[in-house]
Order: sequence, then C-alpha cells, then structure tokens
Amino acid sequence: MLGKLARLSGRLSIVEPAKMQRKIGKGLAVAAITALTPLLGGCQFEVLDPHGPIGVDERSIILLSTGLMLIVVMPVIVMTLAFAWRYRESNEQATFAPDWAHSNKIEAVVWLVPCLIVAVLATVTWTSTHKLDPYRSIAAAVKPIQVEVVSLDWKWLFIYPDLKIASVNEFAFPVGTPVNFRLTSSSVMDSFFIPKLGSQIYTMPGMQTKLSLLASTPGTYDGISANYSGDGFSDMHFAARVMPRAAFDKWVASVRDSGRDLTMSVYRRLAEPSEHVPIAYYSDVEATIYHDVLNECADGSACTDDAMHLAMAKETFGDVGLCNAARILR
Amino acid sequence: MMGDLVGKLSLDAIPLHQPIIMGAVGFMALGGVGIAALITYFGFWRTLWSEWLTSVDHKKIGIMYIALAMVMLLRGFSDAIMMRAQQALASTGGPGYLPPEHFDQVFTAHGVIMIFFMAMPFIVGLMNIAMPLQIGARDVAFPYLNNLSFWLTTAGALLVNISLGVGEFARTGWLAYPPLSELAYSPGVGVDYYIWALQIAGVGTLLSGVNMITTILKMRAPGMTPMRMPVFTWTALCANMLIVAAFPILTATLAMLSLDRYFGMHFFTNTAGGNPMMYVNLIWAWGHPEVYILILPCFGVFSEVIATFSRKQLFGYTSMVYATICITVLSFIVWLHHFFTMGSGADVNAFFGITTMIISIPTGVKIFNWLFTMYRGRVRFTTPVLWTIGFMITFTIGGMTGVLMAVPPADFVLHNSLFLIAHFHNAIIGGVVFGCMAGFSYWFPKAFGFTLDERLGKISFWCWFIGFYVAFMPLYALGLMGMTRRLDHLDNPVWHVYLVVAMGGALIIMCGIAAQLAQIAVSVRDRAALRDLTGDPWNGRTLEWSVASPAPAYNFARTPLVTSRDAYWDMKRRGVAHRPFAAYRPIHMPRNTGTGVIVSAFAAILGFALIWHIWWLAIAAFVAAVAVAIAHSFNEHGDYTVSPDAVARTEDVYLEQLASQA
Amino acid sequence: MNVQTHPLPVATAPFLPDAFEGVEEHHDAGAITTLGFWIYLMSDCILFAALFASFAVLRGATAGGLSGREIFSLPYVAVETACLLVSSFTYGMAMISAEHERQAWVLRWLGLTLLLGVTFVGMEIHEFVKLIADGAGPDRSGFLSAFFTLLGTHGLHVTSGIVWMGVLIAHVLRRGLTEANRTRLMCLSLFWHFLDIVWIGVFTVVYLMGVA
Repeated sequence: MLGKLARLSGRLSIVEPAKMQRKIGKGLAVAAITALTPLLGGCQFEVLDPHGPIGVDERSIILLSTGLMLIVVMPVIVMTLAFAWRYRESNEQATFAPDWAHSNKIEAVVWLVPCLIVAVLATVTWTSTHKLDPYRSIAAAVKPIQVEVVSLDWKWLFIYPDLKIASVNEFAFPVGTPVNFRLTSSSVMDSFFIPKLGSQIYTMPGMQTKLSLLASTPGTYDGISANYSGDGFSDMHFAARVMPRAAFDKWVASVRDSGRDLTMSVYRRLAEPSEHVPIAYYSDVEATIYHDVLNECADGSACTDDAMHLAMAKETFGDVGLCNAARILR
Repeated sequence: MMGDLVGKLSLDAIPLHQPIIMGAVGFMALGGVGIAALITYFGFWRTLWSEWLTSVDHKKIGIMYIALAMVMLLRGFSDAIMMRAQQALASTGGPGYLPPEHFDQVFTAHGVIMIFFMAMPFIVGLMNIAMPLQIGARDVAFPYLNNLSFWLTTAGALLVNISLGVGEFARTGWLAYPPLSELAYSPGVGVDYYIWALQIAGVGTLLSGVNMITTILKMRAPGMTPMRMPVFTWTALCANMLIVAAFPILTATLAMLSLDRYFGMHFFTNTAGGNPMMYVNLIWAWGHPEVYILILPCFGVFSEVIATFSRKQLFGYTSMVYATICITVLSFIVWLHHFFTMGSGADVNAFFGITTMIISIPTGVKIFNWLFTMYRGRVRFTTPVLWTIGFMITFTIGGMTGVLMAVPPADFVLHNSLFLIAHFHNAIIGGVVFGCMAGFSYWFPKAFGFTLDERLGKISFWCWFIGFYVAFMPLYALGLMGMTRRLDHLDNPVWHVYLVVAMGGALIIMCGIAAQLAQIAVSVRDRAALRDLTGDPWNGRTLEWSVASPAPAYNFARTPLVTSRDAYWDMKRRGVAHRPFAAYRPIHMPRNTGTGVIVSAFAAILGFALIWHIWWLAIAAFVAAVAVAIAHSFNEHGDYTVSPDAVARTEDVYLEQLASQA
Repeated sequence: MNVQTHPLPVATAPFLPDAFEGVEEHHDAGAITTLGFWIYLMSDCILFAALFASFAVLRGATAGGLSGREIFSLPYVAVETACLLVSSFTYGMAMISAEHERQAWVLRWLGLTLLLGVTFVGMEIHEFVKLIADGAGPDRSGFLSAFFTLLGTHGLHVTSGIVWMGVLIAHVLRRGLTEANRTRLMCLSLFWHFLDIVWIGVFTVVYLMGVA
C-alpha cells in the first residue's frame, strides 16, 4: 500500500508532470482553485503566478495539498451544517438516540481517512522537500551564476564573486540561468525572498545559508525581506532584474563602469543602519568582504573561522604543539 | 547618586510628547480611577479584599482570571485595531499615523498580550471554575498556591501595561528573536519589560500547572476512574502537563536572553560564539506546545457543550481521550515547522513537516466525533452551541491552511507572509477565542448564579464570526500576493483595498466585543429574571451541574460517588440526584490569605526595578517577597471548619430552590 | 493514576456513605503535597535539560578563549562532588531519624547537611571568582556563558535549598515533627537528592567530558 502511494506520489511529483499527476493533480487543482476562486482575481497573486521552476513547483504543491485536504474539509463543513440543521431541537422527525455514542465503523472511518490523506501528503512532502531543498543547485545546461547576498540594516548587498562586482538593492541575472546564492547577514536576521521566483531563506549573522533559483521569463521582480528586522524593515526592498544574456552582459559592464570600489571601509560605512538606500553599483570588490562579514570580522575583530581553527588545533595538539599546529594549518 | 537611586529611570521615560500613547495612558488611568471611585462609593473595598483578592476559592480565582483576560482582551484588541488602521492608512505610500518605532511596539504588545495575558488567563480561569467541580473535589490541591499563581500572572500583565506609560515595550515581535532582541540592537528597556513580564507570569502559570495536575490526579471523587473523567478535565490534565513540560524551557530561554542583556554573556549574540539559532529552537520548543496548551482545553469545552446541548453522550469518548493524548505527545516534536526557512536540510524539514501533519489526524478525529455527537441528537442552538459550530467550520479551514504550511516547499513561499498571520488567527480565534467564549457562556451561570442574555450573546457570536472572515480572508489573499507581515507602510493600491476590507472586519469584531460587554451589563441588570435556581440550567451531564449556582465555597456538601461517565446525568437518570441528607459532616476549608497578593506585588516591584536597573530596590523587593513567603509557612491557622449546621442551612436553601422549580 | 485503596460499597446512593466520608475528606494532604512537589521537580528537570542542551550547543564556542580542559581542575571538583554526595547521605540520615521520632538527631543531621551544602556553594563561588579573575568570566565566550549559567543555576538551587533547610530547622524547633513538618522534610529531601542527580549530570557532561 505504502509502496503504491510512494510510486503514486513519485509520479505526482513535480517538475515533470506525468500522466497520473495530470489526472489527479488536475482534479484536485480544480477543486482547490474553485475553493480559492473568490481570491483569484488576476495576476496579483505573485505566489500563484511564478516565473521560475521552483515557484511553479511550489505552486503545484500548494494546489495539490489544498485539493487533497479539501477531500476531508469540504465534507466536514457540509456535515457540520447539515447535522446541526437536521438534528435541531425542533425537528421531531429526526431520529433521537441519546445513548448512541459509539460505532466501530464510524470510528474506523474517522481515523483511517485522515490517516490515508496524511500518508499521501507525507509522501508528497518527503519527495518535494528533497526535490525543492533550497540548498540543491538547479540542474541546467548553462553554468550557474554565483551571488553572495548580505542583508544589512536595512538594505541588500549583492556580490558577484566571479565577476568581482557588487550592487546594493538591485541585482541582475540572465534568464534561464540558475543562480546559486550564498547568504549571510551583517546584523540581525532577515529573510531573502523574491515571491515570483519561489523559495525564501533566512539570512543570519555568522551563518551562511544557500539558495538556488532560476527565472524562466525576463522581467524585474520585487524582492523583500520576509523577516522583521527593526525600524527600517518595511523599506527593505530590492529589485531582481532578469534579462537576456546580452542585456546582462551590458548590465555587468555598466556596473564595472560605475567607478566606485567596494573596499572594507566603504562596506563599513554601508553597514551603518540606513533606510531608503538608493541603488548603487561597485565596479570592484575587495575579495575578503563576504568572508569577513560571514566570520564577523568586518569590524576588524578576530574571525570566527580562525578562532575555530585555533580551538581545534588546541584540542588536537594541546598547548605545547600549538606553534606547530599553526604552521600546519597555514 | 541619583543614578544609583533610580537606575535608568528618568522623567524622559514618560512619552509626554506622544499624544496617542498619552491618550491611551490617560484613558486607562481614567478607567482605573473610575472603578476605584465606584468601589469606594459602594463601600466595596473591604469585601473586595477579604472575599475576592485574597480568596483561595478556585471558583473566585477563576472569575478573577477571566476578568483579567477580558480587560487584557480590550487592550490587545486596541492594538489590533491600531495595526489594521495603520496598514489600511499607510498602504498607498503615505506614512500612516504610527511611526515605525511605535508600530513595532504595537504588534509586539498585541501578540504578547493576546497569548500570555488574554488567552492563557482565560483558559486557566475556565479550568479553575469548572475542573474541580467536574471531578467532585472540594478545591484544588493547593488553594493558596492557586491565589499566588493568579497574582503573579497579574503582576506580569501589570508590567506590560506600565511599559505603555513608562519607557517603551519591546519592538521585536512577540517572540523577541535575537540578535534583534540583544542589547546591541534593542538597547532600550522594551525587551526587559518583555522578559520580566513573561518570567513573572510564567512562574504563575507553571505553579498553576503543577496545582491542576495534582488536583486531577489526587482529588477526584471516589469512583471517578480516568476513563470516567469529563473530557474537559482530560484536556485540562493534558494542557497542564504541557505547561509543566514546556514553560521551564521558556523560563530558561528568557533567562539566557536576560543574562546576555544584563551580564554581557554570549548565548545568542552575534559575537564570541553566541548562537541566535539556538534561541529560535528553544523558544519554539516552548512555543509550539503553548499553542496546544491553549487549544486543548477549548477542545474540552466544545466536547462538554456539544454533548450537553445535543442531549446526548459524547460520541467516541475513548477516541477523544486518546486523540488528546496523541496531540499532547506530538506537540513536542513539531517545533521546527516554525522555521523551515532556516536551512535545516531536507531530511530535517521533511521530518518535522510530516510530524506536523500527523497531529492533524487526532485533531480531525475530534472534529468528526463532535459531528457525530450532534448526529441523532437534539441540538439546541444556544450561544455556546453557536460558538461550537462556528469553531468547527472555522477551525477546519485553519487546520487545512496549517497543514498546507507544514509542507516545507509550500512554507518556503508562505512563511512570514500574511497567509501565516491569517492561518494562526484562523486557528486561534476560531479555536481558542471561540472556545473561551463558549466556555464563558456555558459556565457563567455556574459561576454567578444567573445565565447570560442569549440575544446579545448571539449578536456577539455573529459579529465575531463574520468579522473574523472579513478580517482574515483578505489576509490569506495578501499572503498569496506576497505581502509579508509586520510592514508599517507600503505602497500598493491593490493590497490597499484588501487591507481596508480587513480593517472593516476588525471593526465588525469590535462590535462583537461591544455586544459581549453589553451582554454582561444587561445580564447583571436582569439577573433576577435570569436567575438559575436549579444549579443545572442546561440539563447538564457532569458533576458541576449537580450543585447550586453559584456553588457553595465547599462545592459538595457530601462527596459524590461516581459510577459512570457523565456522572450527574447518571444520577438524574437513576433518580438519585439531590436527595436530601439526614446529616452533614463538618468540612475543612482553607482560609483566605493576603500572602499571594503581597508576594506578587513585590514580584512586580522586583520586575520593575530590574527593568530600570534600580538594583537596591530589586534586592529589597526580592528579599521581601521571600520573607513574606517564609513567614506564610509559619502560619498555622490556614484552615477553618464549616459546621454541619452551616452546611445544612446552605443546602436547605438550595433544596428549597430546587423544589420550587420542580 | 489514583487507585481507590478502600473497597467501595455497591453504589446505590450517589454519595459516599458516612463511614468513608472522613477518610475521603483528608485525602492524605502529605501525599498530595509530595506529589505536587514531585511534579514541580520534573519541571525543574526540564529547565536543567534546556540549560544542558544549551551547554552542549555552545561547548565548542570558546571564541578564542579558554576551553574546558584549560580551566577545569578535577580534584577540586571531586571535593565539591563529595560534599554534595555526602550531604545527600546525611539528609537521608535525617529522614531516618524522623522516621524514628528522634527530633534532636533530625536537627543534627540537617545541620550537618546544611554545612556541607554551604561548603559546596562556597567552593563553587571560589571557583567562579578565580575564573573571572583569570579573564575567563561568563562574558568571555558562549562556552563560558553556558558553563557559568548551568553551574550557577544549580548553585542557586542549592542555595535556596540551604535557605529552605534553615527555615525547616526553625519549623521543627518550633512545632516538632508534626505531620506538616514531615511533609516538608520529605519535599526538601526530594529536592536535595534531585540536585544531587543534576550535579552528577553536571560533573559528567561538563567536567569529565570537558577534560576528556
């Protein structure tokens, strides 16, 4: 039974729609959409109108799960109203069985039906969670772009380590190309989120998270912080500009032409809390900036990775061997 | 020198230049003065002190808990209206009327107040009023501790409200995630108010949990085996077990945060090895069970209400009990679903997503069991039943959106959006608030001796019910549009429309609250006509309805002997309820004591002194609180005896009332 | 669960007959208090669990400062441990004396327990002061914060146990070995042994695993 379910959901999943999925998924999605009709007024629903495969998969999971659950939810709501009305006090015709309080059949059904639905949902969850793990790079023929993201109070810094350029509150990437983000924060927790492209991920000080996204149509997509981070949080927007390869190259060139470098001292000034920060481009980036932000030594203090190595060396070699250890580590 | 004397406190701490805050403070002060004047006018002070504030009677403590909850509901709801108004006004590019630093305090206070000082006291109040009566007990296991618990909760509530006029409240969101809540990013006293209000109230809650568990385990009337306990008692037992197991985690977590803030330690800081993710894990290891602490007793209320008003036994009692136990256990292994977006990896996320879904199974079973309790019953559409049916519909939808967000990839786009806000208000208003209101109107006659006005009760229900959908369905939509939570301003004409509609919903809910207040006022006015002489206004099934309304201080003149589930129903059926006794026995009762009030007052002073770094006062208040508690332990006259004659007199009055109604 | 120990008459009447009312009335206050206190201890246990978990997370977070191996002195801690373990034994003796109605011995054993408790706390404070003086205070690193907090919380518990013991001695002096005082003795006994168990956890997780 479970194997069957697993296969079923394997087929249900997600990026490559199999026949089975089309059949069941469609039925359920129709049900879900019917339930959501009053809400679906147009393309205002960014989450339900994705422009990238991750977002598309996530939308189908939302619709599929909603549809599956409606199998129980709709009857419950209908039964609630129907039973309440049918067995109202004034209705003398209805059966009255004041001591009837147990039925093995009904109990079996009310335990089993939710169990079955949860079993299906759980399978979908397991496969889709692995498939859509934000840490998993999207497979594509094109070489992915690397972007390092730093959330600052209250703006976003984007560093292209391979291109050695950086920008604030705006970044661009070519259409159809996977972007592999590595993210951290300079101060408090934020969440990096482009609703039209799918998955968000937290940015945390001293921690690195990863995310992989892909846009299938060009356009400028709104990006936000989806985790409250203090007074300037509401204006912490950025623009994700998706463009054809040639346009992207042009964009990179324009960033290169900006003539300003992101040095450590420029970064430190940038990291001061500020709101409504205009878009800025940096033609060159000091190589260690992302590393130093991640390891909390952008202010000149000791880097956490160094401290960790030191502690490890102490553990391994003891105090006496430390000098040697330092040499070995180097 | 002055600095040592008053710590960080100065006149600047009072936001005199902020008209909105000063208006609110003035309003609250006026209200307080007004109430004090009324009490003085009616010469009620002495009675208030000796019969109520110092009372160790669980029924009176329950009433005080609910009074606190109602007052805090008004405060928390004002915050809600302010938020909805701000977002409606500031969604077309304007700044609205609240600056960010004020808006941020408002949404933090709203969450903290509604969960800790509205929902929790309401639930604990209902348990206090009903549970000991349901199990046939004279009182709770530790009556004095019960009083202390209430006053500690009140002390916490007091601190939150003081923060309105003196200093500020936290601007961190209701769970105060570090590093934002660390000294580096929140240098003001707001987070300190948050910490100490929650710590003091948390101790009260924990003690109350210990008390209730002991009561249920040890004080049940003979014959009341576990599987004969009313379902509300079962849910109370499970909720209190959750309290005892979860609140220490909150205490430890907040203690670590305060150590960071007061002693420069590094539990959750960005620097020197601190780990903010640990806080997020710990706070949710408390936070998720907390949700079930609130909802389980409400499930219990609905079970009692639906069985009573369907004039039928509860369908699937055994299933109900096991479902409750399942939920209790499972609630501890789902906490990570609150932060799937932290990058825990697919295995971990999937595990916690699936455990979360599994909780929906026992919950679904409960809903079905309520359904089949109505089936072949005779449903009377009284106010409590309306709340229950409203709950069954609303909570089902809330459960569905909850399970949806338990699927990690779905959560990746819905997390922290207004969809999430809509979901948990769907569960908490549809579940907890409706449950509290159902319990309130169900047990009100037991607590006060007269029923509530039905017409206004129904108006209140419909306002809440419709208002809820108008207020929160647009938020679901906004979440799907990509609007995140806690924005103090935005610029989007489409969202603006939805936000204005949501504001309208909040106003409808406001009418519901107004109707509730009017209901209480009208019912008090018409109390003679609404009098409940039988003690059993609903044709009840459980033991609380077998005694007079309001129940005498000693609850039961003679300890009942339980031979089946629905013990009182069984007695009525066998015609053995309310048989006059040949003789009564003396009853030992605990005496009222002011210790709880005094200790809690010192606790509040201690909290205030710690918030403002007034060290001498903190030490003095702490020592005083401990000294008073120790002195209390030397009090050997903690109880008195009700003579059989006095019992007979009380019971005769009740029996006459009963006879007059027969 | 609550098992009724006395036989119940076949229930024709819904209330307890007179013969049992008195029994039921008392509900054995001592047993109730002890159970309640035991439940409280379980909650305390979870508080410590949270602190242990935090310590486990932050164990390696020395931030370039001193690690466990560099600051722990096992012989010193062994003496502390001995104090606490022996104090559990002496408390046990106090309980036995109470059983045998020997009030004077109860007080002597309690006094000795109290003394051992004070020694333990004194040694712990001394260790803390020395660490802080060596620049390894709780604000130095996450590891040290967790260390000081876990031990400090245990130490504060022991301290409140000591205060309680003082109060209890006063109770016994004043009223003798009454029912209420026996219950108090029992509760403090649970508390004291509980702290011993927690300390064994601390000794193992913090010290032994710290120097290993």
